[in-house]
Amino acid sequence: MDLLGVGIGLFALFVVFGFMVGVFFGFFGMGGSFLVTPALLILGYPAPVAIGSSMAFVFGTAVIATMKHHDVGQVDYKLGALMFVGIALGIEAGKMLVYFLDQLGRAELVVGTAYVVLLGAIGVLFVRSALDRSEDEDSDPGTEEEIPEIAKKIKSYNVPPMVTLTDGSKASMWTISGVGGGVGIASGFLGVGGGFIRMPAIYYLIGVPLAAAVGTSLFGALISGAVGTFTYGLDGAVDLSIVTGLLAGSALGARIGSAATAYVDEDDVTIYFGVMLLLASVAVALGELATWLAMPILDRLSFVLLVGSSAFVTAVIFYYGGQAIRTKGNRSVESSGPSE
Amino acid sequence: MIEVAALPPAMQAALLVGVVLVEAVALYAGYGVVERSVAPPIIEALEKA
Repeated sequence: MDLLGVGIGLFALFVVFGFMVGVFFGFFGMGGSFLVTPALLILGYPAPVAIGSSMAFVFGTAVIATMKHHDVGQVDYKLGALMFVGIALGIEAGKMLVYFLDQLGRAELVVGTAYVVLLGAIGVLFVRSALDRSEDEDSDPGTEEEIPEIAKKIKSYNVPPMVTLTDGSKASMWTISGVGGGVGIASGFLGVGGGFIRMPAIYYLIGVPLAAAVGTSLFGALISGAVGTFTYGLDGAVDLSIVTGLLAGSALGARIGSAATAYVDEDDVTIYFGVMLLLASVAVALGELATWLAMPILDRLSFVLLVGSSAFVTAVIFYYGGQAIRTKGNRSVESSGPSE
Repeated sequence: MIEVAALPPAMQAALLVGVVLVEAVALYAGYGVVERSVAPPIIEALEKA
């Protein structure tokens, strides 16, 4: 039996994987797209389809996340719109690079290798951050309205044309376009939303306060996703069955992940997420080796490793969430119990 | 009935963006309704477990 042109088993797999990715996105605010492209590559999809479909998934996820952030009112739409040209040009450049490598028959290898490095690097950062936090719990994280020194320094240079942002501060259009274009190339080449680069770039280079930087970065992901869906869609490289399955799962997962933040301390789970990213990096490397050594068993192993580690971290979040809710319930029963 | 495959590539790509947008909004609204009706009894059951 087929659903949207794919077998029902594969469609169900997309829904389940999308659910786990959604839980990570809702809980950590990231981790969505950079697991999707590698999973599709491991499943044997050509690089342009894996990237194009991932970009469409990014678009759908970003629409949902931006709607949630819009309710809180922490999105600088003007800055997002100003980044549009840079993002569009960057994505087109990234896509051209993918198709150039595809013509050489090297797209899967190069994109896969880029993911091995990317997932490994982000995994190490998460593990280090988790270990540092447990050692240094008294450090002052700063406030959400603070702007870092480097951003103040960059803002002090007057390179016209200067534009006024929503918070009243000024930034050079060159910095804004550079951030948009740089992240756009990464998005178009890897099929990611780019939030893990864009959010720090908006905060450190453009100097938007942290709370608004998160929402504005999500809006940037929405623009990237829309442009990426359109530009890869022009070449028929977006598979709607993949996108629909992933979105159906992730929209639910993101709600649960987001709700879990009220109960689960992120510090308890960050190290598992970091290890999962390191395992995902190993999984993609195994997938590349499977092709290189013509050993399909490695392909299966890499898939089990990627999905298995994601399922484990999802289960950890659920376990901590369930424990926290039960503890809260027991406390409220004790406090409302009969007093002598 | 519109034959999608007969449309120019740019129209097909724009339609694709529209379909994903509508899917996302529908899922956001639909799961919102489900969350409001299903989440409280689940949390209550977990608290009592």
